[in-house]
Amino acid sequence: MTLLSQIVFWFFVALTVVSAAVVVFHKRIIYSAFALLFAFFGVAVLYLFLHADFLAAAQVLIYVGGILTLVIFGVFLTAKITTLDIPQLTHQRFLALIPLVLLGLGIFLVFYTVPWPSVQPEITPTTQRIGELLLTRYLVPFELASVLLLAALVGAMRLARHFRQQEGD
Amino acid sequence: MNSLTTYIIISIVLFLLGLLAMMTRKNAISVLMGVELILNSAGLAFVAFGRFVAGNLDGQTAALFIIIVAAAEAAVALAVFLNYYRLKATAEVDKADALRG
Repeated sequence: MTLLSQIVFWFFVALTVVSAAVVVFHKRIIYSAFALLFAFFGVAVLYLFLHADFLAAAQVLIYVGGILTLVIFGVFLTAKITTLDIPQLTHQRFLALIPLVLLGLGIFLVFYTVPWPSVQPEITPTTQRIGELLLTRYLVPFELASVLLLAALVGAMRLARHFRQQEGD
Repeated sequence: MNSLTTYIIISIVLFLLGLLAMMTRKNAISVLMGVELILNSAGLAFVAFGRFVAGNLDGQTAALFIIIVAAAEAAVALAVFLNYYRLKATAEVDKADALRG
């Protein structure tokens, strides 16, 4: 890898991690929501560095374009203007660090002690091969995903509706 | 730098940050943001393992399904939060204790 691509790589690693930290620690929820945008975008760039071009595009389209918009709508619809400034953290945050550090060390030790086989990474466009996989080997999960999305769509609309109509029944 | 270890460490950091958000945040939307961070870290780990260990596209397909499930989950979760907000006029997860025994 050239020096320039190294600089770009570490820049986006830093962007991802710092944005994720802002999501967790910023006391204003709307700042958290916008920091989430940069975290998702940073992960999309990391997908590009892993030569997962289709996945990076899907990440930008679905996460940044869809989920994040939903989250920001959720923030606006559930927060009063006066509550936007209230500190959002509970009191157990230092207590929460103990299992967190233990869990992180545990995961890293498991990862570090297993001798992973390594293959020579190939660099090819992935979109066509993912499409073929989705319609052959992953056909059942693919169809299940479409049913899941339909159920989530109908269920979310049903849940988010006002309940006044029920009272009239 | 562009090795499996780098990506897995980034993934672990994202996972722990998401878990911290889930444990310490009061607002339900913030908890949802933590869940999204965790799903992203899982996707990153899948793609990294698929590229450096398995050498095929299974990891990328798994990450794609993670994105799909995350979209469905976000839609349903926000619908639930909106209803909850309508009921309680707050989005704090601690106040959702109607089923407490």
